[in-house]
Amino acid sequence: MKLPIYLDYNATTPVDPKVLEAMMPFFTESFGNAASRNHSFGWQVEQVVEDARESIGNAIGAGGKEIVFTSGATESDNLAILGVAEFYQNKGKHIITSPIEHKAVIDPCHALEQRGYEITFLNLDENGCIELKQLEDSIRDDTILVSLMAGNNEIGTLNPLKEIGEITRAKGVLFHTDATQGVGKIPIDVEEMNIDLLSMSAHKIYGPKGMGALYVRRKKPRVRLSPIMFGGGHERGMRSGTLNVTGIVGFAKALELSMEEMASEAERLTGLRQRLYDRLTSELDYIFLNGHPTERLPNNLNLSFGYVEGESLMMGVSDLAVSSGSACTSASLEPSYVLRALGVGDDLAHSSIRFGMGRFTTVEEVDYAAEKMIVAVKRLREMSPLYEMVQEGIDLSTVQWSSH
Amino acid sequence: MAYSEKVIDHYNEPRNVGSLDKSDMNVGTGLVGAPECGDVMKLQIQVDPLTKEIVDAKFKTFGCGSAIASSSLATEWVKGKSIDEAMTIQNVEIVEELSLPPVKIHCSVLAEDAIKAAISDYKSRNKD
Repeated sequence: MKLPIYLDYNATTPVDPKVLEAMMPFFTESFGNAASRNHSFGWQVEQVVEDARESIGNAIGAGGKEIVFTSGATESDNLAILGVAEFYQNKGKHIITSPIEHKAVIDPCHALEQRGYEITFLNLDENGCIELKQLEDSIRDDTILVSLMAGNNEIGTLNPLKEIGEITRAKGVLFHTDATQGVGKIPIDVEEMNIDLLSMSAHKIYGPKGMGALYVRRKKPRVRLSPIMFGGGHERGMRSGTLNVTGIVGFAKALELSMEEMASEAERLTGLRQRLYDRLTSELDYIFLNGHPTERLPNNLNLSFGYVEGESLMMGVSDLAVSSGSACTSASLEPSYVLRALGVGDDLAHSSIRFGMGRFTTVEEVDYAAEKMIVAVKRLREMSPLYEMVQEGIDLSTVQWSSH
Repeated sequence: MAYSEKVIDHYNEPRNVGSLDKSDMNVGTGLVGAPECGDVMKLQIQVDPLTKEIVDAKFKTFGCGSAIASSSLATEWVKGKSIDEAMTIQNVEIVEELSLPPVKIHCSVLAEDAIKAAISDYKSRNKD
């Protein structure tokens, strides 16, 4: 077993060697510009790009012509939201989303608010789930877009895409989903789920960083977008910029591999996740699961370890690469906005750790991680005044804290 | 963010972790911070009633590595000092000693507050 152990697969993943191998010829040998229409260097890579487009589209039940290549899911989210808002502004200026979307969705929405659009953020229950009835009731005549993610990057909770799609289709409103954490991990079919726009990213599924795509439905209904990037008119005018051929090839290969083993990998990762949870909860008290117990990404476990602060906990497990919702780990000094939106108290948000498992995670690594966590939590609780007070029977909510 | 060697040292081997009997008249207890803010420090001092010297100090901290290190260092520094001398410990001295970055300065402020709160508790319980 090699240390440190990487358990942050929701942040990024290593490029699979098979993916790298597929990409290599397109750096030095077949280096043509896919937009060069007048020589073989261009023709050759244009065909490769079109094959990749088809393969990526098919993985989500779409056609190749519906795939717009971008620099990543952040750009895809921005293009979907800003592009739809601009194009359909005469129809309306109302967008519906949720407070735990990725910042790549929330921040463009806030930018639109400054430009006179109205954004509705749906209510969530304690697991991070929306209420379909509220979604339905929130749709108005001037609503142009509903944007709800497939699976949450921090807490793993899945949205009921099919049910959301039924509502938006019936109401004639476009449905965008940020499926960065979902594509290649859980079954997604844009036809069956009535998805009109879908953001994805290569580096979450063992492909290269800096590569993403936006699915834009071509019929029933045909979705139109105003571009946010102008230039050579690539990608049917929706996203100008020379195509990242190596990235596209890597993305297609990565998605192909993920789709091949999606069902078995989901089962394996769910097993590892449960093993980690069982081991930790058998040795430690005051562990709180963040996110939905079952409707969650197979590879994500987010736990709050009561009375222990997240950053100090990560310091105690320095040979594990995990992440925390603690304020001390963010530049803003604010604890996770996702956990706060779920109504998790700030104290428990500070105590949260996200474990992300993936293709190269082994049972041995999970067991090692569990042991390290148990030792570190016990040690830190020995020096936690809060744990001591709770053991003495003091209700912490009744204490007058001198906040600073 | 990389931690300074001294922070890591205090985190790995914190000095004076524990609790003193807070009902003891010679013990002063300071509890500062709030769970919602991500840091709570409890710092206790035991004072010699005759010499007013701090003969023992203990801490428990909920917080990041820098908060743990700041309180650990604070207990080291107050031991052997008179309560008047201990009152003069400034957070900037803790910042310097531990090479704390700007985002961690509040940890040192909290440690200074904890010392002052413990002394003030001791004094309020030992009014002449």
